[in-house]
Amino acid sequence: MTWLVPVPVVLPLVGAGVSILVGRSRVAQRVVGIVILSALVAVAVALVVLVDRDGTKVAEAGGWAAPMGIVLVADRLSAVLVLVAEIILLAVLVYAIGEPTTERNHVGFQSAYLVLAAGVAASFLTGDLFNLFVAFEMMLTASYVLLTLGGRRDQVRSGMTYIVISLMASTLFVTALALLYSATGTVNMAQLAERMAQLPTGVQTAFAVLLLIVFGIKAAIFPLFFWLPDAYPTAPSPITAVFAGLLTKVGVYAIIRTQLVLFPAAARPATLLLVTAAITMVVGVLGALAQDDIKRILSFTIVSQIGYMVMGLGFFTTAGVAAVVYSLVHHIIVKTALFLVGGVIDHATGTSRLSRLGDMIRTAPWLAALFLIAALGLAGVPPLSGFISKYALVDAGVASRHYAVVGVSLVVSLLTLFSMIRIWSAVFWSPAEAAAETGMAGHPSRGTPAAMIAPTVALVVGSLGIAIAAGPIYAFSQRTARDLLDRSSYIGAVTRP
Amino acid sequence: MTVTLAAVAATLFGVGTYLLLQRKLSRMIIGLGLLTHGANILLITAGRRGRPPLIGRGDPPSFADPLPQALALTAIVITFGVTSLLLALAYRSWLLTSDDDVQDDLADRAVAGREAVAEEVADQREVVAGEEPP
Repeated sequence: MTWLVPVPVVLPLVGAGVSILVGRSRVAQRVVGIVILSALVAVAVALVVLVDRDGTKVAEAGGWAAPMGIVLVADRLSAVLVLVAEIILLAVLVYAIGEPTTERNHVGFQSAYLVLAAGVAASFLTGDLFNLFVAFEMMLTASYVLLTLGGRRDQVRSGMTYIVISLMASTLFVTALALLYSATGTVNMAQLAERMAQLPTGVQTAFAVLLLIVFGIKAAIFPLFFWLPDAYPTAPSPITAVFAGLLTKVGVYAIIRTQLVLFPAAARPATLLLVTAAITMVVGVLGALAQDDIKRILSFTIVSQIGYMVMGLGFFTTAGVAAVVYSLVHHIIVKTALFLVGGVIDHATGTSRLSRLGDMIRTAPWLAALFLIAALGLAGVPPLSGFISKYALVDAGVASRHYAVVGVSLVVSLLTLFSMIRIWSAVFWSPAEAAAETGMAGHPSRGTPAAMIAPTVALVVGSLGIAIAAGPIYAFSQRTARDLLDRSSYIGAVTRP
Repeated sequence: MTVTLAAVAATLFGVGTYLLLQRKLSRMIIGLGLLTHGANILLITAGRRGRPPLIGRGDPPSFADPLPQALALTAIVITFGVTSLLLALAYRSWLLTSDDDVQDDLADRAVAGREAVAEEVADQREVVAGEEPP
């Protein structure tokens, strides 16, 4: 069943081409997009089940074995992330079709979106460091197009910053690849991992830090996060939602993959990871508290949440990495759900500024409930999924005796709750008179299309689902973490004789 | 030869970084171009030098390493695409603002403006307070 592995990369690329060919018919484009992403959800479910049962699947391009050919590797981490990514992509596509502006006005939206899907899946599945660069570029180029769709002045402005930063990071990535190749003579991850042991420890650490910087820019960890809160909020709501859910997490995945597979324990910059994680958490949440716009607040909390994942990785224990895997799944779903609710608010009222919103509990009580569940889930209030993710992280931190960073994470958790409640009370609970008096209220409320509400509800219910099914999911995360820390299972699967 | 290539790569990185730090979009794009060229040259330097790697034309140990060249080609194509997109956006930015400068972020400007206004108000108060006779 290894033929399933390349499907998440190939199928959306074919779909992107077809989508351009049928560009005259919007209905045909939508059918192509939804059919392909639904098929990919099914393929990803099959991949997760197969990989969990039979172990890592390796697909060799053109039948060339690992060191010569390019491989796609589906292990537990890749498979589960592909599954979550496809679910998010499908949900947001339905939302975008319901939303009256984004998808309708741009013929290229569907194909750029499918290329993005292919790039995300390729980043998760590739077993070759240079191919990871190509996959990143595929994903980023699609994201440049989606971010600047419409070409408004603020979009062009923040799009430029985003592209220049990303291109800069990619150049650093190529530089790191050149240095890695001249030191080891390979770019295949499994072979790199084997040959890394022969390099001096100092050189190994230098490579580990260089790759951390490259992926740190994509994942938006301190001090490389500043582009994110500028760039994300200017895009149309569905695009912001999918970027917020997926793109930074691809960076986190690349950090996890490279740090755990390529480098032996002695060369990993554990202290550096923990310190940057602590600062990332604090700076992100403080930024969130200072903002007035829902999308900007949520963008800053992405940065803060990335800090939690980097912290879990920095422990380098099975419990820590398992907690990161669970957090990734939880965060992708909850964050996207929050941005979708933010988009619905924006659609219904015409603004996303806290100072102009209010009293929506009267006009849209169901929206208040959806936002509250997702927001409390993000902040980590029991019994929601964020609580399980944070409990697991804190538990892993205490077990490995990193009390300081755990203390920081608990304080930040409280501040996150505060920033979420701030949005909720300003949008839903506070009286709207203040906004009306200043004459700055948006246009009057209007109905929300069912196609926007359905995916939002589905994701919020999904976030409840991963809290209810936390037992099996966490057990899966632990198996994933054992695989990752045991390096030999990954290397063995790729370079088998 | 390797030293020459290393020096060229270093120069390109240096000049590219300098240009990237400028405020004009056109200079930033040229700077990024130079930076990526530097990275590609570094990539080529990573492989072994030698004869053209064609089967049947000499023995394999004397061949140049073709992999870094293939990688560099891929990287060049990708940067070409992204740079054209960047140029299109720069043109769009010029059309919208009739200026080549990178604009300040709106929210940043709002925060900065708030402080500037606050300072102005404070200054005026001081002036008024000074003028007032006891």
